[in-house]
Amino acid sequence: MGAGRLGAPMERHWGVSASSVREPAPGGPDGRRREPLRRRANSASASAVGASASAEGVRRDRPGSYSGATSASRQRVESLRKKRPLFPWFGLDIGGTLVKLVYFEPKDITAEEEEEEVESLKSIRKYLTSNVAYGSTGIRDVHLELKDLTLCGRKGNLHFIRFPTHDMPAFIQMGRDKNFSSLHTVFCATGGGAYKFEQDFLTIGDLQLCKLDELDCLIKGILYIDSVGFNGRSQCYYFENPADSEKCQKLPFDLRNPYPLLLVNIGSGVSILAVYSKDNYKRVTGTSLGGGTFFGLCCLLTGCTTFEEALEMASRGDSTKVDKLVRDIYGGDYERFGLPGWAVASSFGNMMSKEKREAVSKEDLARATLITITNNIGSIARMCALNENINQVVFVGNFLRINTIAMRLLAYALDYWSKGQLKALFSEHEGYFGAVGALLELLKIP
Amino acid sequence: MAECGASGSGSSGDSLDKSITLPPDEIFRNLENAKRFAIDIGGSLTKLAYYSTVQHKVARVRSFDHSDKDTEQDHEPPYEISVQEEVTARLHFVKFENTYIEACLDFIKDHLVNTETKVIQATGGGAYKFKDLIEEKLQLKVDKEDVMTCLIKGCNFVLKNIPHEAFMYQKGSNPEFRFQTNHPSVFPYLLVSIGSGVSIVKVGPGSWETTGLCSALLSTGCMSEPCQAQVETEDRFEWIGGSSIGGGTFWGLGALLTKTKKFDELLHLASRGQHTNVDMLVQDIYGGAHQTLGLSGNLIASSFGKSATADTEFSKEDMAKSLLHMISNDIGQLACLYARLHCLDRVYFGGFFIRGHPVTMRTITYSINFFSKGEVQALFLRHEGYLGAIGAFLKGAEQDNPNQYSWEENYAGSSGLMSSSPELCPTQRPRSGTFDLLEMDRLERPLVNLPLLLDPSSYVPDTVDLTDDALARKYWLTCFEEALDGVVKRAVASQPGSVDAAERAEKFRQKYWNKLQTLRQQPFAYGTLTVRSLLDTREHCLNEFNFPDPYSKVKQKDNGVALKCFQRVIHSLDALGWEERQLALVKGLLAGNVFDWGAKAVSDVLESDPQFGFEEAKRKLQERPWLVDSYSKWLQRLKGPPHKCALIFADNSGVDVILGVFPFVRELLSRGTEVILACNSGPALNDVTYSESLIVAERIAAMDPVVRSALGEGRLLLMQTGSSSPCLDLSRLDKGLAVLVRERGADLVVIEGMGRAVHTNYHAALRCESLKLAVIKNSWLAERLGGRLFSVIFKYEVPAE
Repeated sequence: MGAGRLGAPMERHWGVSASSVREPAPGGPDGRRREPLRRRANSASASAVGASASAEGVRRDRPGSYSGATSASRQRVESLRKKRPLFPWFGLDIGGTLVKLVYFEPKDITAEEEEEEVESLKSIRKYLTSNVAYGSTGIRDVHLELKDLTLCGRKGNLHFIRFPTHDMPAFIQMGRDKNFSSLHTVFCATGGGAYKFEQDFLTIGDLQLCKLDELDCLIKGILYIDSVGFNGRSQCYYFENPADSEKCQKLPFDLRNPYPLLLVNIGSGVSILAVYSKDNYKRVTGTSLGGGTFFGLCCLLTGCTTFEEALEMASRGDSTKVDKLVRDIYGGDYERFGLPGWAVASSFGNMMSKEKREAVSKEDLARATLITITNNIGSIARMCALNENINQVVFVGNFLRINTIAMRLLAYALDYWSKGQLKALFSEHEGYFGAVGALLELLKIP
Repeated sequence: MAECGASGSGSSGDSLDKSITLPPDEIFRNLENAKRFAIDIGGSLTKLAYYSTVQHKVARVRSFDHSDKDTEQDHEPPYEISVQEEVTARLHFVKFENTYIEACLDFIKDHLVNTETKVIQATGGGAYKFKDLIEEKLQLKVDKEDVMTCLIKGCNFVLKNIPHEAFMYQKGSNPEFRFQTNHPSVFPYLLVSIGSGVSIVKVGPGSWETTGLCSALLSTGCMSEPCQAQVETEDRFEWIGGSSIGGGTFWGLGALLTKTKKFDELLHLASRGQHTNVDMLVQDIYGGAHQTLGLSGNLIASSFGKSATADTEFSKEDMAKSLLHMISNDIGQLACLYARLHCLDRVYFGGFFIRGHPVTMRTITYSINFFSKGEVQALFLRHEGYLGAIGAFLKGAEQDNPNQYSWEENYAGSSGLMSSSPELCPTQRPRSGTFDLLEMDRLERPLVNLPLLLDPSSYVPDTVDLTDDALARKYWLTCFEEALDGVVKRAVASQPGSVDAAERAEKFRQKYWNKLQTLRQQPFAYGTLTVRSLLDTREHCLNEFNFPDPYSKVKQKDNGVALKCFQRVIHSLDALGWEERQLALVKGLLAGNVFDWGAKAVSDVLESDPQFGFEEAKRKLQERPWLVDSYSKWLQRLKGPPHKCALIFADNSGVDVILGVFPFVRELLSRGTEVILACNSGPALNDVTYSESLIVAERIAAMDPVVRSALGEGRLLLMQTGSSSPCLDLSRLDKGLAVLVRERGADLVVIEGMGRAVHTNYHAALRCESLKLAVIKNSWLAERLGGRLFSVIFKYEVPAE
């Protein structure tokens, strides 16, 4: 949370989960373990210890503060405050599964500037912009690149890079090898990993992290990215006829009047925020049944190893072999409760029977897992929207990356169960908003 | 009762599978007279309901009949006692595993003699599957009833008729089960039924207007005697939502992950697992920083978040545990969201996922507390498994208007709470021991709240919760065990002409002894354990074996002796000055209360010294100041204007009521106070019953003009309480009494005796003045209260303005 947030009028409770989810990295799969939602933890919790004291009310230290900063770094911070920061400009979001990194590549560098540019800075720029993959697991989402962006008076391109959190030590090591600390730069980082890896950054990389609240960053990032669009196209979109593969269409949505807005961030877990204005929002709830659950269960049930693989299997499976539907019980619609026959009565309900367990494929199981988790998120989001009296719901987070099945299902479920009252919206840069928010914080862009 | 254990006798085994032995004396009792059947067939358990009649012997008293052969003048009894047969209505519920269904149907067919029943109401998922079997075996037509409708009807029925039906479950706290007293305004409430999926239903009058009206009705005590229309509104429900993640998900996904096929085994696995090996926790993401951030690191950030790896093997236990948490949390979260949307703060949970499993009750409770921040209560039901069968039965019995009556759980015929819990008996689930029973007696008269209760919703009759207080529990259980011999002896002695009295008494001993042992193991088996429930259970067991009134002869004799002394006592009282007389009257009440065959310390004295008299009793009493002594305040009050009407709950027969209560009543009458004297409807120990009180009053009236004119003019009214307990539950009183109390504007309540004024109601808050008095005839209790044997409680209370 940003500095000063504690006494602020809005009640936010927890942090958001971060966004990313498992993205596998290019080179390999890995995306898996990612992202748990950070403090959101509160979401589900059940764990043992008396966790019930929920998180709210809990004191958090303010990110945004430079704990234990040395006087040198304090100076740096001071200078930061006065003018725009030195290059390089990064925003970092370290989730439980994935690290999201945004990098601003200035394109308006003058010859003079280029001359002055220190070697290490130049090498970073060249390394990041001339590759689309880094090591075996880092990936640049080239299709998401935002071109000709003006930030703090500088023109350039914004790059979106992700790698698994378990490669964080290698990243820090690289920072040390490339002598980042000599650049006098500040790393603005959000996500739980900003805390978890803070000490490593300091002792190994001689880098001081500026820790930022993930909910603040998330909201800031979304609003900003939506305002700049997507290289001339709309950032935000929705689905028309989501249940009909023939007629289903992805259409742009104008989020010019975003408030109030229910923001559902599906990372490893899920956080749900009600946003009333740029800086008035609260965390409504969260659930531990998120992208991490989908991927984790798929690994156990099918032996798959990447998020892509899990989704690919799901796309070929049939969940109705696994789930017990209303029509399996009532022979058709259950009119008394207004339940359509196709609705799932019991997720995995058919798996109570030995014969049916033996008759399902891994693809069917992957599909059922995806449907179960997605429906549940939709259902919780819908109840939150009703309780908060909000009818626009924006779903973000890396669970949705390349996951059209889930997006269409969310769109359909929200529309169907709310009888058209609720609209599900999505955003092109689904998992990167936290990192963008961190970058904005670095640049002091309000 | 019918002992339909005929299967043991050589000829009847033919149709029964030999491998299945039905416990003969225990289940399917009273089948001969059964009518109206209902059956609820679930995924693994069948619940059968039937309505039957029970023949009881009852002791009736009849006013003196001069043709009576007993002519011995000195010991002429004041009235005669005859034992008669009485027929009462009882609901039987039997729960057994589906594997027994055929054997059970055969058994029923063989024993069902003269029923006129043609139809059986059926509900539950298995009703279709077994339809043909039932129709063929029983020759009854199966009428299929909607599952949810039955569930709601059943739920409303138990919530209304079983005092400690609902409970909160808090693992590790003491006690783990916190039973709720019946809330007079239970509607609307949320019922979350966790079967293979989850249904969330709002029950009760739907619109807010109706709700307001309804709570107004309920608070005036109409609840126990609802008009049909009201029942219909109460049974109204709305399906407000659901979730596909339920018991079927736990079972199905659990079976896939662990290769464990049985639900109970999965739960057992889960209870041994460590979910933190599988789930991604907050601390896994934040490192150690969650502490400085004030986050609880143990919260689950992502269920199964750690299982996304190819190179780790996870144990079955850990996965099952993680799954259990995931599902329980999710259901709890949705329940809270729905509760919030509908502004409700109580959620009842049912369905096979819950059904008495401590593991799931624990995780659901945790989740509800967590997500609602303690604002929503998760409640469970003792008879949750029976709701469908009860509801189906009620559906079929609508023309009998079962909701017009009050019902009472019969402790003798019912198994306790957790009889099939896997956690309590994890290993052995004996093939034939899995029959679970519930029996409910129909009361002849509807029961309602005493209108004078200050706050019916917070009234708790019992003074000490023995589930809470281990020391007291131990003492009382032992005390009742030790008294058992005496009770058996007394029971046999009360039926000298009966050839099988000894045998029945022995069965009674066994039954009650077993109940006591069950309660030692599971104090919460029948709701909150109290001295009252121990006493009531004993009465139920005695009745079960046809010892309806073991003290009838004792009471007869005591009443006769006391009546002879009445005039002398009145004389000496009348000779006293006003102030002296008031104290003497109170001492008389207290001394009379010493005569109590229910108290061991006293019954020892009475047994050994039959001449022990009123005067000796007075000498036994503690001198003032008493242990609790507000006599001066009472005396002061008596100097003021008379009360309009006093309601007096009497205790024992004989000296107590005749030489203690009646002189006191007479004084009140003389002051111009009307008196309602309320006595038990049925016998309990040597407590005076309503019918005995009528005779006693008649005899006193013959001697005393004050009482005579008061009776004649309706200033002294004898009423029945609706109870057959040595204790007193002011929330379940005869409706006629409640009406009268309101009509007459009673402004003084006198409660007498240990059972009614100490074990119960000691803390009861009333809207009018009250007098609670008792002699502590138990040294353990006396010591606990800081006094000694025969210490006196005299508690006069005036409600705050």
